[in-house]
Amino acid sequence: MSGDGLQWVGHAILAVNPVPWARAQMAFTLACHIILVPLGVSWAFMALIANYRGIRHSDADALQLAERWSKYMAVTFAVGAVTGTVLSFEFGLLWPRFMGQWGEAFGIPFAFEGLFFFTEAIFVAIYIYGWRRLKPWAHFWTGVPLVVTGILGSVSVVAANAWMNSPSGFTLDAAGEVVDVDPLSVIFNDAMPLMAAHMVVAAYLVGGFLVASVYAVGMLRGRRDRYHRLGFVIAFSVAAVATPIQMGVGDSLARWVYNNQPVKFAAIELVPETASDVPETLLGRLNSDGTVSGGIKIPGLASWLSDPSTGTATVVQGLDSVPADERPTISQVNTVHLAWDVMVGLGTLLFLLSVWYGLSWLFRRDMPKSRLFLLIASGAGVAAVIAMEAGWVVSEVGRQPWIVYNLMKVEDAATANTGIWITFLLVIVLYVGLGITTVLILRKLSRRFRERGVGEQDVPYGPSGPAPPPPAREEVTVS
Amino acid sequence: MSTAVAVVLFSAVTAYALFGGADFGAGFWDLVAGGARRGDRPREVIDHSIGPVWEANHVWLVFCFVVLWTGFSEAYASITLTLFVPLTLAALGIVLRGSSFAFRKTVFRSRERRNFGAAFALSSVLVPYCMGAIAGAIASGRVPAGGQAGDPWTSWVNPTSVLGGVLAVVVVAYLAAVYLVWDAQRLADQPMVQYFHRRAVGAAVAAGVVALGGIFVLRSDSRYLFDELATRALPLVLLSTVCGVASLIFMVRDAYRGARVLAMGAVASVVVAWGVAQWPYILPESLEVADAAAPSGTLGAILVAAVLAVVIVLPGFILLYVLDQRGLLPAEGVD
Repeated sequence: MSGDGLQWVGHAILAVNPVPWARAQMAFTLACHIILVPLGVSWAFMALIANYRGIRHSDADALQLAERWSKYMAVTFAVGAVTGTVLSFEFGLLWPRFMGQWGEAFGIPFAFEGLFFFTEAIFVAIYIYGWRRLKPWAHFWTGVPLVVTGILGSVSVVAANAWMNSPSGFTLDAAGEVVDVDPLSVIFNDAMPLMAAHMVVAAYLVGGFLVASVYAVGMLRGRRDRYHRLGFVIAFSVAAVATPIQMGVGDSLARWVYNNQPVKFAAIELVPETASDVPETLLGRLNSDGTVSGGIKIPGLASWLSDPSTGTATVVQGLDSVPADERPTISQVNTVHLAWDVMVGLGTLLFLLSVWYGLSWLFRRDMPKSRLFLLIASGAGVAAVIAMEAGWVVSEVGRQPWIVYNLMKVEDAATANTGIWITFLLVIVLYVGLGITTVLILRKLSRRFRERGVGEQDVPYGPSGPAPPPPAREEVTVS
Repeated sequence: MSTAVAVVLFSAVTAYALFGGADFGAGFWDLVAGGARRGDRPREVIDHSIGPVWEANHVWLVFCFVVLWTGFSEAYASITLTLFVPLTLAALGIVLRGSSFAFRKTVFRSRERRNFGAAFALSSVLVPYCMGAIAGAIASGRVPAGGQAGDPWTSWVNPTSVLGGVLAVVVVAYLAAVYLVWDAQRLADQPMVQYFHRRAVGAAVAAGVVALGGIFVLRSDSRYLFDELATRALPLVLLSTVCGVASLIFMVRDAYRGARVLAMGAVASVVVAWGVAQWPYILPESLEVADAAAPSGTLGAILVAAVLAVVIVLPGFILLYVLDQRGLLPAEGVD
C-alpha cells in the first residue's frame, strides 16, 4: 500500500484524543513495572542473608534457599528489565513534548540510573549463573553489588520523578527554553531525599512481605519444615524492620508535601477550602459543589498532623487556593484521597502485624506459631503491593494537572499521535499475558523444587558438573 | 562538548550493534534452526551462548536512549514523534523476546518450550529490522527537526529504511554465527562448529550482497548520505569491507578467533561510518548536533556518567565475559 493510502486509513480510524490514552498507558505500564521493582531491589539482599548463613554455618537449607531464590530472581529480573525498557521508549512515544522541553534536566538522573542498571544486569548474571563453578565466598561477593545498585538505581529513578514534583537546577530563557542546567540540583532536588527513601524502604517492605507470604501459604499447607520456616523468617524479618521505618519516612514526606505541594496535600486530606482546625476525614468524598460528604471525621487531626507544634490551629491550604484548571479535578481528588486512605490503612495493618511478630520474638524467642498469624501473613504480600500502588497513585494523581509541577501541564506534554489507543490495547493484552505467564512460571519452578524435595541433588557448591573445567582454570576467583 | 557527547552516543550505538546485535542474531538462527529434533542441538548451543550475557547486552539500548533524550532532547522528541510505529513495534518485540527467552529456560515441556521459543525467535528478527529501519529513516533525513511529526509511514517504509532493516537482520545473523562457531568450538562440538561455520559463511555472503545492493539504493533514495559515505566516510566504508572480506577468509580457513574480531570490526566501522557520514547533523539536513545539544551542565553530567561507565561498568562487563568464556557460568543455579 502506498504511504498516502496508509496515511488515509490512519486518519480515518485513529482520530482519537491521545491525552487520556497516553496517560492510561503510562499509568498501566508503570503500575505493572512497579510490582517487579521491590523484588529486583530487595530480593538479592534476602538471598544474600540466606547465602551468608549457608556458607558461614554450613547450613544446607539456607544455601538451597538462596540458590532457589536466585532462580526466581532470574525470571522476575528479566521481566522487570523488559518492562523497564518499555518505559524508556514510552517517555518519548507518549510524552515527546515533555521530553523535548525538559529532557535536558529530567534526563540527567537516568544517565546514572543507566550505570546502576548496567552494573546490576552484569552481576545478576554472574550471581545467578555462578553457583556451580565459583568459589563460595567469591560467589557471595558477586551478589553484593546487586544490593547496592538496586538501591542506587531506584534512588536515581525516583530522583527524576521527584524533580517533576519539585523542578529545580535550571533557568529558563524568555522563550521558556531550558538554558542553564546544574546537574547536582536536578538530581538532589528538594523532594528527592524523602521520596527516594520512601521508595527504597517500600521496596524492602513489599519484597519482604511478598516473599514471606509465599512461605506462609506453604506453612499453612503443612510444610512446616526448617526450609520453609527459614524462607519465611528471613523475608518477614526484613519486612518487619522496614515497616516502622516506612511509617516515619512517610510521615516526614507527608509534611514535605504539606509545605511544598499544598494542593496535593489538600487533595490527600480532602480540604476544599483553606482553614485551620481541619478534620482528618477517613473515606468520604468530595462533591462537585465543593462539600465533603460521608466518611468519619476526626476533629482537628489533619491540622495537628501537619504541624504538631501549632496543633489544631495549623492552617491547611484548601483546593480553592488555586484556579480550577491548576488543581486536580473532583474525581482526581477523590481518587487521591481514597488511595491515601488505602495506603495508610494497609500500612497500619502491616505495622501491627510486624509488632506481633516482633513481640513474639522478644518474649518467646520464636516466630508466632498460630494459624491466624500465618493466615494474615499470607495476605500481607498482596496488601503491601496494593499499599505501594496506592502510594504512587497519591503521588502521581495528586500532582495533576501538572507533569512538571507548576511549569507544564500533562495535556501540553503528550504526543500528537492519535493512534495511542491502539498501542494501549496491544500493551494491555501483552502485559496481561506476561503477568499471567510470569506467575505460572514461578509456580511451576516452585512445584519442581518441591517435587525434588529439600536437601537433594541441588545443594550448591557441590562437585562440579559433568564437564569439569581444566584444573588451571579453577584457580580463577573474582573477589 | 556536544561533539564529545555525540561520540559517547555513537559508541553506545556501536556497542549495542555489536553485543545486542549478536544476541538478536542468535535468535535469528534459533528461528531457522528447523523442527524440534533437528533444531535441538543448535538451540542448545544458542541458549548456552547467550544465557548469562543477554540482559547486559541490551542495557546498551537504554544507554543510547538516555544519552539521546538528555543530551539531544529535541532530536529525541522528533524521532519519537515521527517514528512512533517502528519504535512501538520494537518495544513490544523487546518485551516478547526478553520474557520468552527467560521463560523458555524454565519450562521443560516441549510444547511450551516451542511456543516461547517461537516468540523469542520471531521477535529476535522483528526488533533488529525495526532498529535498522529507524536508522535508515534518520540517516535519510526523513525525521524533521523541531518536534514536528514527519510522515508516520513513509518515514520508515521507504527504500533506505528497508535497506537498513534488512542489512541489520543480515548483519546480526552474521555476527551471531561467527560468535556461535567460537562457542561451539569451546564446547568441543565439531558438528555444531561445522553447522554454524556454514551459516556464518552464508550470512557473510548475504551481508556483502545486501551492502552492495545498498550502494544503488542509497544513490537513488538518499543522496546526502550517499555522497558523504562516498567521500568523508569512505575510509571507514573501505575498512568495513576489508574487515568483512578478511573475516570471511579467516572463517573459511578455520581461524575462528580472528574471524570473530574482524567481524566485529566490520560491523563497528559500518556504524561509525553512518555517524561520520551524517556529521554534523543529528537529524540530517535539519538539525545539527551543536544546535540540538543540551546546556553545558547537562552535557557535563552525561560525560561524567560516561567516564563512570568506563570505570565501573566496563570492568564488570569484562569480568562477565571472561567468566562466561572460561565456562565458570554454566547454568542458572546448580542444575
